[in-house]
Amino acid sequence: MATRVYMEALSPTMEEGQIVRWLKAEGDPVEQGDILAEIETDKATMELVARGTGVLRAVLAGEGAAAPVGEVIAVIAGEEEDIAALLGGAGKSVPKSEAAPDAEAEAAAEKSAGPSAQSGGSEGGGGAGRIRTSPVARRLARELDVDIAAVAGSGPAGRIVKRDVEEAAARAAAAPQAAPEPVSVPATVAGDDFTDIPLSQMRKTVARRLSESLGPVPHFFLTIDVDMTRLMAARARLNRHLSAQGTKISVNDLIIKATAVALARHPECNAWWQGDSIRRFRPVHIGVAVAVPDGLITPVIRNADAKSLTGISAEARELAGRARERKLQPDEYTGSTFSISNLGMFGIESFTAVINPPEAGILAIGTVEERPVAVDGKIVAQPRMRLTMSCDHRVIDGAQGARFLATLRTFLEEPTAMLL
Amino acid sequence: MAEMTYREALNAAMCQEMDRDESVFLMGEEVAEYDGAYKVSRGMLARYGPGRVVDSPISELGFAGLCVGAAMTGLRPICEFMTFNFSILALDQVINGAAKMLYMSNGQIPVPIVFRGPTGAALQLSAQHSQACETWYVHAPGIKLVTPATPADAKGLLAAAIRDDDPVAVMEGELLYNVRGEVPDGEYVIPLGVAELKRAGDDVSIVTHGKMVHVALQAARALEREGIEADVLDLRSLRPLDADAILETVRRTNRVVYLEEGWPFAGIGAQIVALIQDEAFDHLDAPVLRVTQADVPMPYAKNLEQLAKPGVRDVVEACKRVLYMNGHG
Repeated sequence: MATRVYMEALSPTMEEGQIVRWLKAEGDPVEQGDILAEIETDKATMELVARGTGVLRAVLAGEGAAAPVGEVIAVIAGEEEDIAALLGGAGKSVPKSEAAPDAEAEAAAEKSAGPSAQSGGSEGGGGAGRIRTSPVARRLARELDVDIAAVAGSGPAGRIVKRDVEEAAARAAAAPQAAPEPVSVPATVAGDDFTDIPLSQMRKTVARRLSESLGPVPHFFLTIDVDMTRLMAARARLNRHLSAQGTKISVNDLIIKATAVALARHPECNAWWQGDSIRRFRPVHIGVAVAVPDGLITPVIRNADAKSLTGISAEARELAGRARERKLQPDEYTGSTFSISNLGMFGIESFTAVINPPEAGILAIGTVEERPVAVDGKIVAQPRMRLTMSCDHRVIDGAQGARFLATLRTFLEEPTAMLL
Repeated sequence: MAEMTYREALNAAMCQEMDRDESVFLMGEEVAEYDGAYKVSRGMLARYGPGRVVDSPISELGFAGLCVGAAMTGLRPICEFMTFNFSILALDQVINGAAKMLYMSNGQIPVPIVFRGPTGAALQLSAQHSQACETWYVHAPGIKLVTPATPADAKGLLAAAIRDDDPVAVMEGELLYNVRGEVPDGEYVIPLGVAELKRAGDDVSIVTHGKMVHVALQAARALEREGIEADVLDLRSLRPLDADAILETVRRTNRVVYLEEGWPFAGIGAQIVALIQDEAFDHLDAPVLRVTQADVPMPYAKNLEQLAKPGVRDVVEACKRVLYMNGHG
């Protein structure tokens, strides 16, 4: 009994995977449960496991190739088994240039989708690459000789509706000889003055996620400048205690703790925008942005408001370490209710961070540095830190964000207040 | 043409047919001495006498059975239910008696009877007296159902129902009896099974029947102010169903909302949606939506009743959703 090996969704947001390497070669015997390949997802490099037993008869996507979730990338079968039918029917991506322009629209609809149809959202149904069209749009495309795979859908979840086909037909009539745009091949291209770097799965995801954010999310920004004198002193005292254990806590650990405790008191900022509702969370799960080669990822410290500083510190260090090795499991980087991005270690004074949807807020942390400030009419030098909160205005109003930041300021300027 | 109320139009249809055919008679609670609970039969006792305008006891199963028997022996009864809510008690006579007799007698015994009265909710009559009964009557084969929405349709459809040789239910509405409109003079009969486009527009189709035609027309006017032109198709007759008229509007607008007064589950709209996806699938640009009563027994409280009933805003909203407007979809 032959088994198709599909590109599986190895992360909750994965739409496409890149084959890093095959651990089995064509002709190798395969047991169910064997690791077949390493797949680079949008988040991490994951293992693809065999779902059947037999011989790896065909590898349809080579190392370095990308395949959409749901595509057949290999076939496991008996040594002598006829797999011709499986190979023929395998959903190999058909390059757009090969698609006859007058092909039956339905046939086109079954093909791997062109870029225009990839806008499909989370709405259920439909495997990867399936083009969503309304029935009348499909019929009209056939009648008007419009290649439906080249039409951008304006309906829900990118569904191609009648008006889209009508507009495409009108455009085609206006420019009958317009050549289809060539599909660019992802490869590293170098010129004298530039280098083109192909997008890794992670870079694609970063780009998609962040443009999904700043485009549709109405951001506004609130900045405070905080006196860090007491917090820095407290950290020094705590680290003297911890020196015996050979560990220490960072300024960032203290900021995570203070933010979490402040959020617990301002649940209106500890929330998700869900399109038709706002979800406020009781637990505070803080996503901490970690820079990794070629991107960033936000591992989550769950229930951070209830954890000890040493607990937060150990967990943050451990998660960041594995994030850099790309070893995080999906449940370790999803589910955060609020995020923190700290560029203080790079000497950045202040910046604005892009919200990680569906969260409603993110704090951008600048560096701690001595600056002159006026206190009681005198100029004194103080360690200061600037924080900028980005708020999704659909969830958080200005005054709500300001009240949260006031509480956070109290905790940072007088850390013992967190004990209250 | 004369302007009259829906109530007067029903009266005119019954008188037109009783003048024309001596086998037609009216029976029901309070139809004679009291001129009808809703005064539909005003003056008919004086005009036709107690032999043809007959008060019954409060006994729906009893007098419905009497009328079915009379129809089997050659008369043409008009059996008035004070409301169709009360006819649930009489459904054995309606379904097992009237609807099946022609079939079970191998075509020997037609049952030319009309069951008529108001259906649906009026105002604060609570759960037991506020239900749309159409689904109960169209489910079994063998009985026809018309739902006039205007005085002219009331006259023409009731007259056709009385002349028809099969059992026909004519479902009216308490809130329709005072509706005024132009009604053709003289003998006026509308064939059963013919829908009417009450308003023409090419953007979206609101298909409906009965009292909801008026809600649909109000919704269409509200949509017009936003530049959306809606078709309002009044089915008028649910059995036989004018499938051609439904498919015609679907093919023209590609987007459909079915509006009905009854509950959603296995409602009339479910049947219409099945027809559309079966026969006009390739003409749809959006899923067909239904606007119905909330799936709860009708609340008594005025505010809850308003919320439970399908209203103009619900229809406008549904139309925008099938048009993928305002971020819907």
